Amino acid sequence: MKTIPVETTINGDSTEFLCQPDESLLDVLRDRLGMTGAKEGCGTGDCGACSVMLDGRLVCACLVLGVEAQGAEVETIEGMANGEELHPLQRVFVEEAALQCGVCTPGILVAAKALLEKNPDPTDTEVRYWLAGNLCRCTGYDKIIKAVQTAAAEMRSA
Amino acid sequence: MAFDAQAERNFKVVGTRVARPDGIDKVTGKAAYGADISAPGMLHGRILRSPHAHARIVSIDTSAAEALAGVKAVVTGADLAQPEDEGFADVAINCLARDKVLYDGHAVAAVAATSKSIAKQAIRLIKVDYAVLPHVTDVDAAMKPDAPVVQEGRALETVPAGMSQNVTTHCQFGHGDLDAGFAKADKIIERSFKTAATHQGYIEPQACMASLGSDGRGEVWCCTQGQYMVRANCAAVLGVEESQLRITSSEIGGGFGGKTSTFIEPVALALSRKAGKPVKIVMTRDEVLKATGPTISSSMDIKIGMTKDGRITAARGELRYSGGAYPNATVDMGAQAAFAAYDLEAVETVGWNAMTNRPKEIPYRAPGAPTSIYAVESVVDELCQELGLDPLDVRLLNAARKGTLSSYGPTFNDIGLVATLEAAKAHPHYTAPLGPNQGRGLSCGFWFNFGGNTCVSLNINDDGTVGVVEGNPDIGGSRASISMMAAEELGVPYDKVRTVIADTSSLGFNDITDGSRVTFAVGLATIEAARAAIKEMCRRIAKIWDIDEDAVIWEDGCAKPAGPNAGTHPPMSLAEIAAIAGNTGGPIAGHHEVNADGAGVSFGVHLCDTEVDPETGATKILRYTVFQDAGKAVHPDYVEGQMQGGAVQGIGWALNEEYIYGEDGRLQNAGFLDYRVPVASDLPDIETVILEIPNPGHPYGVRGVGETPIVPPLAAIANAVSRAAGVRMTELPMSPPRLLKAMTG
Repeated sequence: MKTIPVETTINGDSTEFLCQPDESLLDVLRDRLGMTGAKEGCGTGDCGACSVMLDGRLVCACLVLGVEAQGAEVETIEGMANGEELHPLQRVFVEEAALQCGVCTPGILVAAKALLEKNPDPTDTEVRYWLAGNLCRCTGYDKIIKAVQTAAAEMRSA
Repeated sequence: MAFDAQAERNFKVVGTRVARPDGIDKVTGKAAYGADISAPGMLHGRILRSPHAHARIVSIDTSAAEALAGVKAVVTGADLAQPEDEGFADVAINCLARDKVLYDGHAVAAVAATSKSIAKQAIRLIKVDYAVLPHVTDVDAAMKPDAPVVQEGRALETVPAGMSQNVTTHCQFGHGDLDAGFAKADKIIERSFKTAATHQGYIEPQACMASLGSDGRGEVWCCTQGQYMVRANCAAVLGVEESQLRITSSEIGGGFGGKTSTFIEPVALALSRKAGKPVKIVMTRDEVLKATGPTISSSMDIKIGMTKDGRITAARGELRYSGGAYPNATVDMGAQAAFAAYDLEAVETVGWNAMTNRPKEIPYRAPGAPTSIYAVESVVDELCQELGLDPLDVRLLNAARKGTLSSYGPTFNDIGLVATLEAAKAHPHYTAPLGPNQGRGLSCGFWFNFGGNTCVSLNINDDGTVGVVEGNPDIGGSRASISMMAAEELGVPYDKVRTVIADTSSLGFNDITDGSRVTFAVGLATIEAARAAIKEMCRRIAKIWDIDEDAVIWEDGCAKPAGPNAGTHPPMSLAEIAAIAGNTGGPIAGHHEVNADGAGVSFGVHLCDTEVDPETGATKILRYTVFQDAGKAVHPDYVEGQMQGGAVQGIGWALNEEYIYGEDGRLQNAGFLDYRVPVASDLPDIETVILEIPNPGHPYGVRGVGETPIVPPLAAIANAVSRAAGVRMTELPMSPPRLLKAMTG
């Protein structure tokens, strides 16, 4: 199969890559661009560990083709902190022990950020339903939901 | 190592909620897991798997795959050694089958190619000629004398003659006169139960990168719960020496016991040896579900007698477990754990393991205990219902305590069961009102806990900071708890200590991260290593002060004269001592090597409210509270995290998760869509209550906490659902169709 050139923007940086027509955006990010923050937990869109933003929409990178990033804006976990300064969600997740093994954490953070941009003051139920596409097997979700609410409150008062 | 028997210890670091050292890496995507590293010239490996539940391999033709451009190596079982040791031999034939495939998904051959897509294409070109054999996937069917035989000649001597060759294990525990006990009962209930196999469900599939040269020297990077276990398995399966293999454990994306075995590392090494290049293998989710560790499936009979005032007079359990296509000892642990929460005059538990055409069982959090305790706790609850007794009072009346001869032999030391039950009784959850179609259930849970082989090395750095080197992958925040114990003992701030996990060439042997052992055993070894370093620092300062070694004490991170007779020397801090180490005898370090015992058993009690929908059979968890004895909670956030995470895994086991096999012996739900683990919207908050009844076997009183929390949910939910639905549920999972069928008859 011939590779196809793609021009895109990732975390604000213009990026060019070559990929095969059947290659997922997740494989492009991980294998071609060395951005391994998004994880492959299932490859079928069921676990959310590969969550990224594509033109402002929350997607599973394993269900998007690399070529679909042509001309798009991609945001990944690698772009969430501003240099040394963590996003409030990232900081609160560490402070409140909202992660154990941490492999689902990048996807959950990307998804939670997308929620708070849409709905800065969600109920617990809204957080639980929004994150229902992100599997976590370690925490039982309790501390994740609480950390999202702490960060949301902090962001509202900022 | 005994508990430090101070009247009251004022911990400075232990018990606080500090930030974990790997936190920032994990929230920014920098942490490197099994699949996250690559090497120059690396090839991609992929494994061909059996589509049959049971078949003889007649021939394997790899020529077409080898001829495909970009394919650099193809291996089959013939490329691996045939270890004499049965355990290693099982690992070898599970990594790549030799004569027979034993289950749907059993690995048969593997390729390494220059890209993932070529590797995928290449395995389709491997031609395997199978002679399909009859199969069996149900444990009761497998025990019948005429059942298809999964493997021949694997039964232990304890198995009576005349049984199916699938039966590999027979065990028996207990004491007292059962007949006399049952004769004293006012009510006897005997019930049979079945539970489905479930999967650990870690989000990170197994992944490794391996390199092996023709000189027998190799390197492996992999996600595992034990790098030394990987080394031993790889050495045996490849026929190389352990000293020549260096195994580095990556960050691990969940394990729960499921990463205590080896599936892909020897295959990647064999491919690398043939190709002369590093090989990376990453399992797909389908492969993880088909070919890595599910739990046992079970069939059980429980009989318990009780007086009308709630005293258990006798109890008997018969457990039939299947750990898939290989022998295993999980039923021994299930049988020992079944009645551990009770102080019984007459008790007997009998266990059997039978092989089936399912993947090799791999431990999952308290292996064996959740199912047997589910069955016991269900019958206790039904007796309480029948006799009109309060289920918490009945458990308090019969609870095991210090001095109880346990149902599996040992006499208990200090244990926290009574305190845990009392905490549950006093909690507002226990008396909160319930609505229609709602029910409350509770269950006790138990796990043995483990200590095991452990090495720790602790270095005092020249700037007054501290490095701890340990050998157990950090699966839930253990680097934080180990650093905390080192800081506590040395009297330095937590952020002065950095704990790293060694590769197999950098530290002596460590048992795997299992048995809830790390905070207990590595913690204990860390404390001892710190004490060794302190002793050395005191010795050096005694020389400078020209007083006896015994006249120098360590307090608040400083060497001090023990009393007025030792002189008026100003205290010297760890940093001051470290700075002059070169002049006082050289670098300062402490180390400790131990096969730790005294892990201290662990008990928990879970309370659960459910509501069942009479129209759909769906169950909603309304409220859930976990009570558990942690001995001493080193980092309470991560203790709570273990309690919450274990409870939710148990909720999944109770309500939805199951391995579903078709008539053809194939797994029908090998994906997260159909193998449904709990998601955030399924659950309420999980409340936690930590109790601290010190473990006499640890200087700070620590008990392992990781496994016990998965034990009680199965029965707590089954009891809540049975009370809400008005029908006793005896099969897991209580999925909506199963519950609806039970409710509508």
